Amino acid sequence: MNRITSYFKSLLLIELCKGLGLTMRYMFSPKYTMRYPMEHIPKSNRFRGLHALRRYANGEERCIACKLCEAVCPALAITIDSAPREDGQRRTTRYDIDLFKCIYCGFCEESCPVDSIVETSVHEYHFEQRGENVVTKSQLLAIGDRFEADIAAARAQDAAYR
Amino acid sequence: MAADIWLVLWTLIKILCIVLPLVISVAMYVWWERKVIGWMHARMGPNKVGPAGLLQAFADVVKLLIKEVIVPTSSNKFLFFLAPLLGLVPALAAWAVVPFDQGLVLANINAGVLYLLAMTSLGVYGIILAGWASNSRYALLGAMRSAAQVISYELAMGMAIVCVLVLAGSLNLTAIVDAQKGAGILDWFMWPLLPVFVIYFISGVAETNRAPFDVAEGESEIVAGFHVEYSGSAFALFFLAEYANMILVSFLASVLFCGGWLSPFPASWGFIGAGGWWWLFVKAFLFAFLFLWFRASFPRYRYDQIMRLGWKVFIPITIVWVLVAGCLKYFGWVTVGA
Repeated sequence: MNRITSYFKSLLLIELCKGLGLTMRYMFSPKYTMRYPMEHIPKSNRFRGLHALRRYANGEERCIACKLCEAVCPALAITIDSAPREDGQRRTTRYDIDLFKCIYCGFCEESCPVDSIVETSVHEYHFEQRGENVVTKSQLLAIGDRFEADIAAARAQDAAYR
Repeated sequence: MAADIWLVLWTLIKILCIVLPLVISVAMYVWWERKVIGWMHARMGPNKVGPAGLLQAFADVVKLLIKEVIVPTSSNKFLFFLAPLLGLVPALAAWAVVPFDQGLVLANINAGVLYLLAMTSLGVYGIILAGWASNSRYALLGAMRSAAQVISYELAMGMAIVCVLVLAGSLNLTAIVDAQKGAGILDWFMWPLLPVFVIYFISGVAETNRAPFDVAEGESEIVAGFHVEYSGSAFALFFLAEYANMILVSFLASVLFCGGWLSPFPASWGFIGAGGWWWLFVKAFLFAFLFLWFRASFPRYRYDQIMRLGWKVFIPITIVWVLVAGCLKYFGWVTVGA
């Protein structure tokens, strides 16, 4: 009996028609496509994108060359040299991040005692020449200057949950 | 003499009037296919080139035409280039007998259905030659599968058409449509011949090597089957032939089973009750949409299942239904003609 009913079911293409009905429903359902360059998915405040070095409001750079980020970096992407500045403060003379080595884990930001090195929410960047993947201190500071408002807002919003 | 030249010229113009819209509709059909399948996947489909991506197909055509045609060194050059033509020419030639409206047909020959069967069967030679001339394992496998499948389903398709012939009593496509005249949709041959109508369309899908019967291409197993070695414009010819065949099957399903250009409504309903070529195009569009709907819905059949379906299910049913159609005709249970 069971075999007979299943025979007629397959003969009448019932399951195939069910499948067609499903695809027809999906044809009129809302589409999930995000038209990327025109539309953006909202990003978390904790998004870990391009790195930046921040400054204090008076323009003094935050980094004190403690080299904790260099030590914690699991990919060995950060290279720091330091020397005393004219006024005797210890500052970095070189702060390079190799973005090809970087795995965007965010440990550098976590380890920083003065919130100097941060990962911004910027993820749309590219390199056109070989070697541009190593970003230098001046470039990182420039990125920080450019996105300081966004960086500060994201950190302020996230502070309550940390 | 002058009259002969005019006849040739006039026929050429008529051929052009069929082939040019056909090629353009193939391009639009590709766009529509990508759109529909995208929608059914909850995607958007092409939407960048031109308004709503309408020019995408033309961009693809230009891309294919400016690409290099690579000829494998171990291939048979003559057959390698003959194969796409052998695939395309029957696909276009078959359109000669398709009636678009009362009297609107290039060649109103009496054995129109026979001509159609001959032309659609010839298309498989292009596929076999393409697979053989490429001298590639994948291509040969695809060609063998395609040949076996097309020949198997041709039988079921032919028997399904025999049912139509029994009811209509003619091999002329215009006469077949006229035989379905009457009080609208209920007098179409699809109702007394419902099982063979379904079989005819499924066989048409198998005949054109479309999903779920696309083992001849089988991207996941044999890369692209018979046209794996083809690129550029040679591949474009295969592509054109495949889609022209799909549109042809859609038109034939409308002509043979769904009353061609006849309106589905009774003639007393005024404008929408009147027949016209637009009805044929609406019906053919619905069938063409079914092709895409199938492709978006069904996984590919296993090869032995395809053979089983063709030989053990479709052919017996159609043979039985030839008898049923004969009885329907003999006892006058089906009204033929107005």
